[in-house]
Amino acid sequence: MAKRVAIVGTGQTFHKSHRPDVNGQELINEAVVKALADANLKMKDIDAIVIGNMDHFEGINYVDCWSVDGSGGTMKPIIKLTTGGTTGCTVAIGGYHLVGSGMFDKVLVIGWEKNSESDTTGAITTAFDPVWDRQVFAGAISGLAAEAQAYIARYGATDRDGARVSVRDRKHAMNNPYAQLRKEVTLEEVLASPMLADPIHLLDVCPRSDGACAVIMASEDTAEKICPKPDWIWATAARHTYSYLGDADFGRLTSMKEGSQELWKKAGIKEPRKEVDVIELYQPYSFGGLIWIEDMGIVGPGEAPRYIWDGNTDMGGELPINPSGGVIATNPIGATGLIRCAEAAMQVMGKAEGRQVPDVNFAFSSGFGGCFWTDMILHGKKKPK
Amino acid sequence: MSDQFQGIAPMVYQSKINVPYSWWAGDTATRFFVALRDEKKITATKCGTCGKVFLPPRKACPLCFTANVEWVNVSDEGTVLTFSVARRQLAAIPHDRKIPVIWGLIKLDGADTAILHYLDEVKPEDVIIGMRVKAVFSETRKGTIRDISHFKPVK
Repeated sequence: MAKRVAIVGTGQTFHKSHRPDVNGQELINEAVVKALADANLKMKDIDAIVIGNMDHFEGINYVDCWSVDGSGGTMKPIIKLTTGGTTGCTVAIGGYHLVGSGMFDKVLVIGWEKNSESDTTGAITTAFDPVWDRQVFAGAISGLAAEAQAYIARYGATDRDGARVSVRDRKHAMNNPYAQLRKEVTLEEVLASPMLADPIHLLDVCPRSDGACAVIMASEDTAEKICPKPDWIWATAARHTYSYLGDADFGRLTSMKEGSQELWKKAGIKEPRKEVDVIELYQPYSFGGLIWIEDMGIVGPGEAPRYIWDGNTDMGGELPINPSGGVIATNPIGATGLIRCAEAAMQVMGKAEGRQVPDVNFAFSSGFGGCFWTDMILHGKKKPK
Repeated sequence: MSDQFQGIAPMVYQSKINVPYSWWAGDTATRFFVALRDEKKITATKCGTCGKVFLPPRKACPLCFTANVEWVNVSDEGTVLTFSVARRQLAAIPHDRKIPVIWGLIKLDGADTAILHYLDEVKPEDVIIGMRVKAVFSETRKGTIRDISHFKPVK
C-alpha cells in the first residue's frame, strides 16, 4: 500500500424492524450526516464514495446513482460494491484500497438496507445457480442449519452450546442504544423458542432490520489532523469459496480459516487469542459463534463451547465478542458488515461508550455471506509500520 | 467442439424470479402525496441554504447537505423542458395510456427541478419545448403521482 489508512469517523442509524418514516436515500443520509459530524468534516471534504447493499433487496439496481441525495454523491466519484452478506465488509475493504492507493485522500464508505421492503429468502435465492442449486433450494437458513449439524456431528457440540452464544449477544445488545433487539433471554428461552431448521431456534438467529452505517477513511497524510486517535487499518482479507453448495466443507468455514491466517500473517500476530482485544463477528446465528472462532484460530477445533461457557467472550472476559450485540441483535444486511467495522473502529478509538472494552490495541471485524464467504479487517490503535 | 458432444442439444431452463416488494414512501413524500390527494395541491421542499425548491420534495438538499425544513406550494402550471413520444404499446406503458403516449419533463412555476409526467389533450406533432402546460387532476385520487392524470396545454 502506498498510504496507510485510518478510520476517522463513523455513524449509524437507530436500527429498527421497519422505518416507514424514511425512504432508502433518507435512511442513508442519517448515517452519513452522523459520520461527517463524528469526523468534524463537511461533504465537500469527501473525495470519493463507496456504497453497497444486497442485490434485489429493494429492487433498485443502480443504487450508486439513485442514492446520491442521501450519500452526498452528487457530482463526486461514487461506486457500488455488492457481495451478498459480506457487502458491508467489502465496501470497507474497497474504501481502504481507494485511500491506500493514494488516489483519494478521504473516502466515505456506506452500507445500508431496508430489509422491510422485500422477501429476504426470495432475494437471497437469486444468489444461487439457476440450473443446479436453485431447483432444489430450501431457503436462506438451510445452509446454516447444515453447517451447524455437521459441526455438532464432528465435535459433539449441543444446541445448548449454540444457545449460550445467543444469550451472550442478546445480553451485550442491552449496552447498545443502536441495536434493534434489546431484550435479555435465558438459555431455556432460546431452547424453547420455535425450531426454524434443526438445530436453529428462532432465538438463535438474526432479525431483519432497516438501517444504515457510514465510515470515513483518510490517508496517513490527514488522518491524525482529522482525528487525534484514529483507528488504523492493519490488514484486510477476503475469501469467496464456492460455486455450488456441495463444494463447501460443512462444519468448517474454510474462507474464515484461510482469510484469518492471511490477516494474522500480514499483521505479525502470532497468538490471536492473546493479541486481539475485541471481536465484532458477522455472526448471523449462534452456532457460527462456535465454529468460526475455531477457524480464526482463537481456540482449537471443538474447543469453542468450553471457551464460551467459561465466559471468556463475555464483556469483562479475556476476549469479548460482539459488545454491540452483533448480528443476532441487528441485521440490515448490506450495512451489517460495515456496522461490525464501525463498532470495531469505535472500540479502538475509545468511542464505544456503554459497550467499550478497556484498552483495545487490536480489534477484528468481519463480514459473512450465506455462500460461506468471509471478508475481514484487523483494526489497531498504533499506526502500522 | 470435440466429438463427445455430437448430438447433444444444450438444455434450457425457464424460470421467473418472484420477489414481492413494498416500498416505504417516507414522511416527506407522504406529506406531498396527502396534499395532492386531499387538496389537489402540489408542494415542494426548499433548501434553507441555497434556496433551491425541489420537486419531488427532498428531505435534505443533495448539494448543501442540510435538512430541508421549509415547504412551499408550487403552481399547477409550468413549462415543458423536453419530451419523448412512444408509438408502440410496450408492456411498460400502463394499460390506461394508449399510443401515441407523450412523456414530458415539466418544470412547474416555483420549482427548480422538473418532474416526469404524461402530456395529453395534445397531438405529438404539436408539442414543442417551452410550451406552457397545466396539471389535470384525476377524479379518483389514491395518493400516488398519478393523482395528476396528465398535463395539458394552457390555452
